[in-house]
Amino acid sequence: MSSIPVSHPVRNAEWRLPSKRRVGMTALIVGESAIFTIFVVAYVFYMGNNLTGPTPAQVLEVPILGTICLLSSSLTIWRAEKAIEDDRTGSFTVCLGATIALAAVFLTGTALEWKKLIYQDGLTVSTNLFGTTFYSLVGLHATHVVVGLFLLTSIFIFSLFGWVDSRHSERFGVIALYWHFVDTVWIVVFTVVYLIGR
Amino acid sequence: MSDYPLPVSQVIDPSTSASERVTFLEKLHGWVVTVDHKRLGILYILYSTFFLLVAGSEAVMIRIQLAYPHNHVLSAQVFNRFFTMHGTTMVFLVGMPFLFGFANYVVPLQIGARDMAFPRLNAFSFWMTAFGGFLLYYSFLGGAGLYGVGNAPDVGWFAYAPLTARSFSPGHATDYWALALIVSGFGTLGTAINIIATIISMRCKGMTLMRMPLFTWLLLIVSMLTLVTITPLTAAQFMLLIDRYLGGHFFDTQAGGSSLIWIHFFWIFGHPEVYVLVLPAFAIANEIIPVFCRKAIFGYPAMVAASVCIMFVSLSVWAHHMFTVGMTSVSNAFFTLSTMLVGVPTGIKIFNWIATLWGGRIRFTTPMLFCIGFLFQFLIAGLTGIMLSVSPWDWQLHNSYFVIAHFHYVLVGAVVFCIFAGIYYWYPKATGRLMSETLGKWHFWLFAIGFHITFDTMHCLGLLGMPRSIYTYQPDRGWNFLNLVVSVGGLIQGIAVLIFAYNFIVSYWRGEVAGDDPWDAWTLEWTTSSPPPVYNFEEEPEVHSRRPLWDLKHPDDPDWEYES
Amino acid sequence: MQTRHAQRLIRRSSASAWLLLTSPMLIAQGTTPSTLAPASTPAHQILDLSVFVVAITGGIFLVVGGLLAVALYRFRARKTDPLGEPAQIYGSTQIELAWTVIPVLIVVVLFLTTARIIFAIQDAQKPKTALDVTGIGHQFWWEFRYPKYGVVTANELHIPVSSDAAPAATFLKLTSADVNHSFWIPQLAGKTDLIANHVNTMWMDPQKPGLYLGQCAQFCGSQHAMMLLSVYVDTPEQFDTWIKNQQQPAQQDPAVVAGRKVFGGQACMNCHTVSGTAATGRFGPDLSHLMSRATLASGAMDNTPANLRQWIKSPDTFKRGALMPAMQLNDEQLDQVTAYLETLK
Repeated sequence: MSSIPVSHPVRNAEWRLPSKRRVGMTALIVGESAIFTIFVVAYVFYMGNNLTGPTPAQVLEVPILGTICLLSSSLTIWRAEKAIEDDRTGSFTVCLGATIALAAVFLTGTALEWKKLIYQDGLTVSTNLFGTTFYSLVGLHATHVVVGLFLLTSIFIFSLFGWVDSRHSERFGVIALYWHFVDTVWIVVFTVVYLIGR
Repeated sequence: MSDYPLPVSQVIDPSTSASERVTFLEKLHGWVVTVDHKRLGILYILYSTFFLLVAGSEAVMIRIQLAYPHNHVLSAQVFNRFFTMHGTTMVFLVGMPFLFGFANYVVPLQIGARDMAFPRLNAFSFWMTAFGGFLLYYSFLGGAGLYGVGNAPDVGWFAYAPLTARSFSPGHATDYWALALIVSGFGTLGTAINIIATIISMRCKGMTLMRMPLFTWLLLIVSMLTLVTITPLTAAQFMLLIDRYLGGHFFDTQAGGSSLIWIHFFWIFGHPEVYVLVLPAFAIANEIIPVFCRKAIFGYPAMVAASVCIMFVSLSVWAHHMFTVGMTSVSNAFFTLSTMLVGVPTGIKIFNWIATLWGGRIRFTTPMLFCIGFLFQFLIAGLTGIMLSVSPWDWQLHNSYFVIAHFHYVLVGAVVFCIFAGIYYWYPKATGRLMSETLGKWHFWLFAIGFHITFDTMHCLGLLGMPRSIYTYQPDRGWNFLNLVVSVGGLIQGIAVLIFAYNFIVSYWRGEVAGDDPWDAWTLEWTTSSPPPVYNFEEEPEVHSRRPLWDLKHPDDPDWEYES
Repeated sequence: MQTRHAQRLIRRSSASAWLLLTSPMLIAQGTTPSTLAPASTPAHQILDLSVFVVAITGGIFLVVGGLLAVALYRFRARKTDPLGEPAQIYGSTQIELAWTVIPVLIVVVLFLTTARIIFAIQDAQKPKTALDVTGIGHQFWWEFRYPKYGVVTANELHIPVSSDAAPAATFLKLTSADVNHSFWIPQLAGKTDLIANHVNTMWMDPQKPGLYLGQCAQFCGSQHAMMLLSVYVDTPEQFDTWIKNQQQPAQQDPAVVAGRKVFGGQACMNCHTVSGTAATGRFGPDLSHLMSRATLASGAMDNTPANLRQWIKSPDTFKRGALMPAMQLNDEQLDQVTAYLETLK
């Protein structure tokens, strides 16, 4: 279809469409948000309905350090995005490394928290409604952090070899978008579980 | 047939080179590893057709059992597995794959793209869906094996808790149900993401959103809806597995858990799901009706607006499946209102279709016949839907054969009819050959007659108090004759579908050669050869209106002078 | 004259149209649990509402379906059509506005009519004279308790008839001991679900004595189909007699002491209650007045000695999947325990 015989009033201006990668990741984020919403709804629905066992107020400690680290990692990954767009690969590697380190601190904090809950407080997924909904929701989030960490670490290793430059900035931006999503979910989970739920 | 010379360059088909002879294994391998959207679309369609025959056989067995009271063709346990599998298969392994198969094949062609946005994700999603289906059917072989149908799920396709708890459903039947659907759900999610990215990011020059064919528009809407539809089910199924295997208490009424929350989560998925199934049917009708009445669709912007409306409002009606669970009167009233309201944009679409037909020159080819059947049947289905939205009446009709009649009117009368229409319409594009019109008309009339014998009568059974999901019924309740009639209609539909299957297979070799544009249509897919070359378009097309091929065929009267 | 003739014509043709539409219903017999034969206020209100809804939706069907049929006929392609394509009409704002506004108005009317009935049925005030019954769903039988009378029975519900002179509504509280069930007697009311950990309420005020049939309407497992319901609407005297009999402890006939020993010695008493004895099991139906029921196994078979004996011998004969195990009794034990149960009137 290359020739249109009649002159047409509207000349198609420069044809630019949104990046398919960003659209795809946004769509994935929308879907994942729906999954998280269902788990949050279940958590809220069952708040205060435990028949037995430890309650949130009794055993939960607010993970301030972990939260600060995870939310800061959004900042560092944003710095990394800017760095790779400008082809500043050194800065990129450093910021990416910081992001990974902060996420690792967060995960370690979660692991230690769970260790305490399981062995000291006797709270498991089968203990009561709080246990079931807590581990499911926080665990689902932690799984997403782990996946993100895996992705970021792979890119970190690639960048150590010098294989990453500004040509990859769009793709890295998509992964950063995922990471920002993970952090946003944490804000919701944190508020519901540690602020409202206690 | 269009005999207007199209300025499309000759297709260079590399596989016709005489020196290349491809072995059968190489051909098969090509199909297994393909990432081409056309091949994946065909794989989806073949997969769904196979499961249509399987689930259809399950339905025929169900109807044979229910033809007489206290019949002994199927025991209670086998019957319960059959109706569970029939529903689950039809929704997840027939409906969704058919519609995503059409989307896969047609959307890139309609938007002038080379392929989907993420071809490898496309292949991955297909195989995930396929594997989910095979896992579900493997359940027939587990446990006691085929006799007594093994471990096939028997908890109903909505698998209400706590019936699905370990204590009430020992064994693995429920696990097959949950796992198979989680797996195929990932495939569905992948395809939805792919379609959205393709439509938003890969349209050819000049194709603004308001110049896309309505088929593509509706599939964009469906895919967006799917993102928030299938995911609640996946979440709920994870919760179910946590309950069953990790001792969780999501739905454990002994520990303070709630059966109601499963019901809410399931229908938060389940209601939008039926829109995911029916909107593509509208999409197909939107393509076929204009072509066979030779007029542009009436009210394109309104059709888009109505569809977007449906997408949003359909997320707010789910509890009309729950009018009897004991919600407050205010909640019941709210969901009655929202359900009635979603009927408004849906009705508008029917009016638009009739207005399209009005003043046209209607050609009654097989695809058009199926679309006409769709129009009548969807009208009736929508009206019985309004009846069911009246919650006090629903307190009688819920879980009765009236509901089964209503949703089969939608799922068979609208969705399956449109799927058949779509197959007859795009088969020539995909294979280069037309399906037989004679067999097509036999298929249509037998299927329509059987459909009405079965499902019109079924409404009466519901009004006479017959509930659903029962493997038999008492002979003194006045349901005997009507059940027999319903069953006879089912057998007639089965014969019609066999005629279709024969036509589908044999036309590949013996159908009349179709050419590029056998229907004299107006969207971009008809500018390619039949079948299209693997790269679809030699040059990226450029469009200036909603019907680029109309503009080409009618240079004196192009669409862009009239479109708002 | 012409109008009266026309009126008669309309009346006759609408009568025959109604007859045609409902003729499948005429196949129904007297024991059909039909929603079209209401015998209680909620069922009446629902039927009246449904007639209104059918009138509106029927009207819509005739108009829209008629236009569709006319379009298909009038605009079919003919050989005499001129060459080229017909006029392309892309839309019309006025028409589209009209067919948006009119449906919205129809929805408003339908909704308001419906809302009135929702509140009338669901939020009806419970009169002081109402009878309270608690219904508990089990896999695959119904437990009914009359708290004010201290009566516990199973599967067959007795309630008093209601009249204008002596109104007697029955208010049910419904819950479940296991999975979800649903209580549905179409002639008396819409259905209400029985859900564990959750109490639902419903009411009915039957205006004609008689037997009303229904069954469980929420899939609850393998024998969901045979979880049948019988509601006996009694005259005040009949209800009085029945209740007084149910309030008596179970009969202790010395002739069947052998059977009573079998009952007590086997695991029967772990699941069943027989009032006035050591049997206080709650898993299965209360058997204190088993012989006052017309059927066994929630309607699966008639209450005859032969059926009862076969049920105890092998429940799978009648209801495979029912949770009563085969008790592995020998013939002598079966005869004795059947004879014993036959005395529990």
